[in-house]
Amino acid sequence: MATKKKTQPLKNKVESFFSKIVDDIPSDKLSSLIVIGIKTRGEHLGKRLVARISERKGKDVTFGTIDITLYRDDFENRKNWPQLGRTSIPNNVQGKNIILVDDVLYTGRTVRAAINSIMDYGRPASIKLAVLVDRGGRELPVQPDYLGISIKTLDDEMVNVYLEEVDGREEIEIIQKNGV
Amino acid sequence: MAFSKKHILGLGDLSAEEINIILDTAESMKEISTRNVKKVPTLKGKTVVNLFFEPSTRTRSSFEIAEKRLSADVLNFSVSQSSVVKGESLLDTARNFEAMGASIVVVRHGMSGAPFVLAREINASVINAGDGAHEHPSQALIDIFTIREKKGRIEGLNVLIVGDILNSRVARSNIFGLRKLGAKVRVVGPATIVPKYFSEMGAEIFYSLEHAIDNVDVVIMLRVQNERKTLEYFPSLREYSGLYGLTKEKLELAKKDTIVMHPGPINRGVELTSEIADDPHAVILEQVANGIAVRMAMIYLVALGESL
Repeated sequence: MATKKKTQPLKNKVESFFSKIVDDIPSDKLSSLIVIGIKTRGEHLGKRLVARISERKGKDVTFGTIDITLYRDDFENRKNWPQLGRTSIPNNVQGKNIILVDDVLYTGRTVRAAINSIMDYGRPASIKLAVLVDRGGRELPVQPDYLGISIKTLDDEMVNVYLEEVDGREEIEIIQKNGV
Repeated sequence: MAFSKKHILGLGDLSAEEINIILDTAESMKEISTRNVKKVPTLKGKTVVNLFFEPSTRTRSSFEIAEKRLSADVLNFSVSQSSVVKGESLLDTARNFEAMGASIVVVRHGMSGAPFVLAREINASVINAGDGAHEHPSQALIDIFTIREKKGRIEGLNVLIVGDILNSRVARSNIFGLRKLGAKVRVVGPATIVPKYFSEMGAEIFYSLEHAIDNVDVVIMLRVQNERKTLEYFPSLREYSGLYGLTKEKLELAKKDTIVMHPGPINRGVELTSEIADDPHAVILEQVANGIAVRMAMIYLVALGESL
């Protein structure tokens, strides 16, 4: 399979993405805020966001992680499902304001699964979606509330975000798969 | 993913890597039981049948809860109220449930090997919930999961299994699994029910509990199985519990942080004293709680495998 790869650096785009979110959070909402990162890259972005919030607002906010595998809608594709990871969401989401964080927004199906999963812990007051990269191609009516970068892609392209904590580098990679 | 088995029939035919995938998956499943809504939608619309040809309360209930937490539809079949009394064979019974749409069959049977026959003959995935004196993989996986949770590892641990080794499917499955993951296994009991051939499975054989318990990290007490005629192999229950029953004094000969396990149901005063059953060293009820997570992992993983 022939592949074409192009990369673009993330540089300060991650930080300006976080700034937009932190600016938008009213100080009186901090105690009811929960940041939830979607595994794997969203978890690391979420952790960074929590650190920025506590630096800028002087208050620690609750953090959780979510593995959406058990809520996927593609059972027929189950042979490609990843090893199940750990979900850790505080059980008191009732009435809380949640910011859901992920690296790439594509079809919207992951976000749908994450929302369903969160609802099993209680009824939050609100859920907002923060994604670093929107690559288009939505199949469900899902839009981000906070967005880092928007890029145009084709359906046969794959978009990967690499983060320092996991990959030792910070960049977006777009891979074109020919004939797939 | 590295787990591609359609059936889970025993630890004898799982690799160390496959066992570890089940344990890791169970660790993630455990969290579900702490939620407000203790259910995930993963197996919505799939049917699982629990075919129990031997009496069982805890194993069947535990499988049933596990199946329901994965949103599967559950059918229960137990022999006392079944067509088996009308002469239907195991295979015909299973095929009937398959015709009703069951895609996973959890089977317990008094004959060693029965689940293997089923796996060969039907299309559904088969999970062995205990076959004769052969294997009881879910119980051993629960034991190993609980040990790993308590001790942080399996490799290099000394694990002692006490009691009716000969008739115990729990012992066989545990020996297979623990050896594959690098633990050292000792077995102890009356010579009549601790056959020499267990050394070929990699277990070290003892006949004195006081000697065997020295320096062990884990003690697994086996149930005296009256229904499997354990009692015919030694003179009296009193003699058995005197020699092989676990007491506070004997446990003191093990390590300070030794954990005591039992697959249940426990016979207080026979395999262990009441004092031990309620001692903080005992993790018997934690085994029961972990049972749901481990069985969820088993069902989930075979569902990801071949069939459905």
